[in-house]
Amino acid sequence: MLQTIRDIVAYRTLLGALVARDLKVRYKRSVLGVLWTMLNPLLMMIVFTIVFSTVFRFSVEDFAIYFLSAFLLWNFVAQTTAWSTACLLGYAPLIRKIYVPKEVFILATVLSGLVNLLISLAPLALIMLVVRHPLRATVVVLPASIGLTLMFALGVSFLLAGICIEFNDVVQIYQALLVAWMYLTPVVYPLDVVPAEYRWLVLANPMYYFVTVFRDPLYGGIMPQGRDFLIAAIWGTVMLFGGWWVFRRRADRIAYLV
Amino acid sequence: MNGAPAIELDRVSVRYVVPHERVPTLKEFAVRWLRGRVVWQEFAALSDVTLRVERGEAIGIVGRNGAGKTTLLKVIARVLRPLSGTVRTRGRLVPLLELGAGFDPDLSGRENIYLNGALLGHTRRYITKRLSEIIEFAGIEPFIDAPLRTYSTGMVARLGFAIATDVEPDVLLLDEVLSVGDVEFQRKCTERMLRFREQGATFVLVSHSLETVARLCSRAVWVEGGRVQADGPAVHVLSAFAAATGTPFDAAMAEEAERRVTG
Repeated sequence: MLQTIRDIVAYRTLLGALVARDLKVRYKRSVLGVLWTMLNPLLMMIVFTIVFSTVFRFSVEDFAIYFLSAFLLWNFVAQTTAWSTACLLGYAPLIRKIYVPKEVFILATVLSGLVNLLISLAPLALIMLVVRHPLRATVVVLPASIGLTLMFALGVSFLLAGICIEFNDVVQIYQALLVAWMYLTPVVYPLDVVPAEYRWLVLANPMYYFVTVFRDPLYGGIMPQGRDFLIAAIWGTVMLFGGWWVFRRRADRIAYLV
Repeated sequence: MNGAPAIELDRVSVRYVVPHERVPTLKEFAVRWLRGRVVWQEFAALSDVTLRVERGEAIGIVGRNGAGKTTLLKVIARVLRPLSGTVRTRGRLVPLLELGAGFDPDLSGRENIYLNGALLGHTRRYITKRLSEIIEFAGIEPFIDAPLRTYSTGMVARLGFAIATDVEPDVLLLDEVLSVGDVEFQRKCTERMLRFREQGATFVLVSHSLETVARLCSRAVWVEGGRVQADGPAVHVLSAFAAATGTPFDAAMAEEAERRVTG
């Protein structure tokens, strides 16, 4: 594992170049360019806010902020893990021609998602300003919350990429699972609307903890509870190393399979 | 021929799973598994290949289509990890398996130089230093900021070659790439290759052209059915290969050419 880490570090320039390319290619052909990254959550949020404040009503103060603070984080995990299922196939021409530690491709995919998340925090801040939702000093813990989520997203991405290289239909299966997963996570609804006998289902979901340690300081203006933070840290660590382990065991075979 | 060899392959075997027998989906795998029929048909691309290439040596690999030449090159380049056996290379390895393998059509020529350079393990600062030289060698100054999809095939190949050979390689792997571009560019390529040879780089060249091998290499390896059929002085191996396959090949001319290279 140490050898692999050294190998990845040696390719850090490539990692940077791949992330830059990902972002550039995604926005190059559109006139609005990088503004899209900001407009996208803004438009999405307007739709969701209309739906969830008129159709489904939860008694939540500043629902837009409540929803968006969790949705951006959820979106980061959902997008990066979904991209990762197919990302090795996308790089197939390269993998067949040049040696690169395969982790670099997954890292590039997830990191470009991270840049997207950070950029989309700007419109969120703007909306908070507009609706006069207070922004408290508790936001200083956000980097830690994002860091734990990043570990988790990376781990899931490694795991899925390792499986999908052999079974392509997992890509579609995962797309369907993601929808169910989102509704199992308190993104659009608060936890207390869940009947007590089903609450364990939400609490068994790792995404609940990542969303909570992100939303508490950002929307609630309170420090996340130590217990939530600890569980998020455990999920993040276990997923990262478990997923990586699965990926590494298949890494040498990837060039044969793509 | 001082010190440790540049390339060492020890009893290397590579097997491919024959594509139509692969089980690509989880559903299909489950169905077959229930029927008790998960069979992977395998194809031995390389069996027990042992090869030592000394520093500064130039070897040519010949063989029929599907004999395992490219697989052998990919194993040396670390693209494919062998099923068994070990591979060791010493020094900076530059693979020219396919020019511009990592190019992105939507990025400009300049951006692609950075991307491709990073693929070869260069830092950004290093590439910036070499940028003008690379652009000049490829001869594409007027188009350098246009997206790559607007380039002609020849321009892409030239750019790929210019980036890959910008560094002084210790070990250079070539797969039929010398035939790119116009006459003028080919002359530049050959010049650069010969300069690398003079500076003591190790060459491994895969080619169907026995003349090219004879011109550039002193030693040849004939691969047949994934095994080394013959390994020795280029002229002998090439003549034997030519005789076995009915390829026209003038041994006397080759000998003359070899004298020019080694002498």
